[in-house]
Amino acid sequence: MNSRLEVQRNILDFTLSSLLRRKAKNSILILVFTLVVFMLASIIFFTNAVKREAVAVLKNSPDMVVQRLSAGRHDLIPSEYIGTIKEMKGVVSVKGRHWGYYFEPAASANFTLVVPEDGGEDGKIVTGKGVSRTMRAGEGDILPLKSYKGEWVVLAIKGVLKSDSELVSSDLIEISEKDFRKLFGISQDSFTDIAVTVKNPKETLTIAKKIKESFPDTRPILRSEVLRTYDSLFNWRSGLLLLIAAGAVFAFIIFAFDRASGLSAEERREIGILKAIGWETSDVIAFKFWEGSVISLSSFMAGIILAYFHVFFAYAPLFEPVLKGWAVLYPEFRLVPFIDPFQIATLFFLTVLPYTAATIIPSWRSAVVDPDRIMRSQ
Amino acid sequence: MISVADVRKVFNAGKANEYIALDGIQLDIEKGRVTVIKGPSGSGKTTLLSVIGCMARPTSGRIRLSGVPVEGVPTDAGYVETTSLPERFLTQIRRKTFGFIFQQYNLVAGMTVLENVMLPAYPTGEPYSTVRGRAEDFLKMFGLHGRLEAKVEWLSGGESQRVSIARALINNPAAIIADEPTAHLDTKLSSEFMDMMGTLNREGRTIIIASHDPAVCESSVIHRVVEMRDGRVVR
Amino acid sequence: MILHPSIIALYLSSFISLALLLYSCSFAAVILRKWDIGSGSELQLSLERRTYLISVILSYLFFFQLLSLFLFIYTADNLHNLFSGAMCAAGTLNVNQYGYPVLVLKIVNFILAGTWLIINRIDIVAHDYPLIKKKYSLLLFITPFMAAETALQTSYFTGLNADVITSCCGSLFSSDATSITSEIASFPSLQAKTVFYISMVLTFGSGIFLYYKNRGGFLFSILSLLSFVISVSALISFISLYYYELPTHHCPFCILQSEYGYAGYYLYLTLLCGVVTGAGAGIAGSFSSIGSLAQRIPVIQKRLILVCLSSYGLFVLIVTLKMIFSDFILEGY
Repeated sequence: MNSRLEVQRNILDFTLSSLLRRKAKNSILILVFTLVVFMLASIIFFTNAVKREAVAVLKNSPDMVVQRLSAGRHDLIPSEYIGTIKEMKGVVSVKGRHWGYYFEPAASANFTLVVPEDGGEDGKIVTGKGVSRTMRAGEGDILPLKSYKGEWVVLAIKGVLKSDSELVSSDLIEISEKDFRKLFGISQDSFTDIAVTVKNPKETLTIAKKIKESFPDTRPILRSEVLRTYDSLFNWRSGLLLLIAAGAVFAFIIFAFDRASGLSAEERREIGILKAIGWETSDVIAFKFWEGSVISLSSFMAGIILAYFHVFFAYAPLFEPVLKGWAVLYPEFRLVPFIDPFQIATLFFLTVLPYTAATIIPSWRSAVVDPDRIMRSQ
Repeated sequence: MISVADVRKVFNAGKANEYIALDGIQLDIEKGRVTVIKGPSGSGKTTLLSVIGCMARPTSGRIRLSGVPVEGVPTDAGYVETTSLPERFLTQIRRKTFGFIFQQYNLVAGMTVLENVMLPAYPTGEPYSTVRGRAEDFLKMFGLHGRLEAKVEWLSGGESQRVSIARALINNPAAIIADEPTAHLDTKLSSEFMDMMGTLNREGRTIIIASHDPAVCESSVIHRVVEMRDGRVVR
Repeated sequence: MILHPSIIALYLSSFISLALLLYSCSFAAVILRKWDIGSGSELQLSLERRTYLISVILSYLFFFQLLSLFLFIYTADNLHNLFSGAMCAAGTLNVNQYGYPVLVLKIVNFILAGTWLIINRIDIVAHDYPLIKKKYSLLLFITPFMAAETALQTSYFTGLNADVITSCCGSLFSSDATSITSEIASFPSLQAKTVFYISMVLTFGSGIFLYYKNRGGFLFSILSLLSFVISVSALISFISLYYYELPTHHCPFCILQSEYGYAGYYLYLTLLCGVVTGAGAGIAGSFSSIGSLAQRIPVIQKRLILVCLSSYGLFVLIVTLKMIFSDFILEGY
């Protein structure tokens, strides 16, 4: 057993020195391989991280949101709906919510205005980091917003939001209910939508049905539905990108296959010598196995590390426009670093597996040369 | 030590370019002697060496090797019949029994002298340090102790030849097989080479050399000359 | 049809594995008809070279199969959000009728590939390759299973449409519904524990007997296979409960998640390692009458028994320690 380990150690030793002897040739292969892994890893890390952000955001959202539709469009919902829903069995709480968008022509940016649950403090606002950045206004500064009538509503910033997930909070402005109504001219008896909390999550669907029956003009949206929609959207997006990237992977596989089968005369001679001086076919196969492993694992690691930096520290400049797909993009949008073993496993399957499969037959072919070939070819 | 009976080796059997390299060879090679196989090129010398040295399997016939126990191969009869063994076992026998010296040295360029000498021992699983010690001893014996870490492409012809002899000896084989070893050596180096073979023979090793070089065939070291022509033993 | 990176990866792995296996089969057929170890003909020499390729392919297959088994479970777990009612892998696998068969086939193929490698390992220590025909018949036998796995996996993934109401693991593995799995779950825990420990004691007994007396290889094989099945049932029936610390959660998949310290991985790995080597030990024994193997078989067999028993032993140890040191008290539920 120990001697078998020793054999593998010796062969690995030889493999490393052989790789170093052909630095130029191998570094091109490693470079290309790293690039392929980097690309796929960036896609997977990015989508997973964005998906997690979305899930993290939704975790705090209510079990169900009820919107009113008018002429097929989202409309303000009258406050009397709240009372009816509150009386339904299994409903814990019902709250009218205020939120909307504000276009700031100076910065040509859209802000999201939200009334916080405690109702907010009149004349004061809390802003997201993105808002402070674009408006160059921090705590203690004043932010004037133009109302629907064209009048200025002057608001004092009492704080800037600190949040793990900048994705959602970045463009946020928390405003008091009174200021919100003043800004957008919304009457006392209507809300943007209604948030419903349900006692037993299993009953959410039943309650949603009941609401729909009582108010046919409403649209109840379940949190799980939203989650699912995000999930499939991101799965679909990353899958699609991967399919596009598949072309690159395929090209790489052909490149690797070509490399593995088109050995240089020098390499052929070397394997011939090994066979002649007493290496067995399986020893040469082991040598080829180690060679492939060193190349693929080092490229794999390098690709993953690069992708990690690309996605989590450099804000994924290469993929942002395709994957994020938000209406407004924030230059300093930063994802919370997150990878799990299965993203790695998936990547391994997508890159190392096809590489290995493509090189099995060529390496075997090079390993089975006749031991006496170098004698005969003289 | 080696008994060859009715051995045939046919390449491209059944095709238009069929070529009979060995045609019914009968030969006994005695243990502890220096045997030279002589003959023009194309006479089948090299093929015979590779068949004897367990590098290739003959198409038909039998080769018996005595005194080489191999795991998994029965040796009750006092010999191993190598003819029907798969490559895996042939290689095991070959590693233990034969050391090879080739016409063109066949050293691996880019590696050091020491690494080249140790190369045949890598797949045996012997501890690295033991093998290294032995390799250094051999190289010292051949006057190469100053060049252990030199790359083999920097060596002269004579030095390369000595490195390849050290490599052939690294697994302590009972026999040395040399194929046209003096083809690229001048007269002085050729006779030096034959002297070394003589020394190895006196240590008890069987030596088999294929050559048509008079410097080899007429050397005082050799015990027997076997002449071949067209895949047959003539004398 | 869902376009998830892991699904693409699984497709890739099973199609590549199947392609390599089919390629090997074409040579297996020739080997079965034309193999003649005594011949030095060029055909024989080239067939002997092919055997190296096929063992390399099978070694990779074995490794990929193991990874794909876990990746498959992970993928199912990861997708559960897409199906209302599914709370973990158990629910996702139940979305259509192909989910569980794929999982079972993945395990079966892993065991088959492992067995092939063990037979191969035994075969190549003998100078006349005595098992070559058996080995390549087994290869031809494995291929349809691999093809079935690929086909079912394809059906499973193409049949996945987000938002199909499925039963989640809470109902699938809860004690109310009646199905095989739920019957396992509803089995009283004390009896389940008794069966589990008895099966392990029997396996150990027969293993030790085989180790010293060199008899009863077939029995040992059967017992180690049985222990594998019983241990997986035990995982569902009571072991998982100690990890989840919930009396009603009988899911065999959630235990693979990070919340439980990836405990499932070493539990399943010890079991998989045990079943492959256990089955292999029995199979190895059946070859001891072959002349060229007679001396080597006992050595190999002993090694396999040791690996099998230490894997199962480790499993029992982990599980028992968990049960002893857990605050959770199961009896009574």
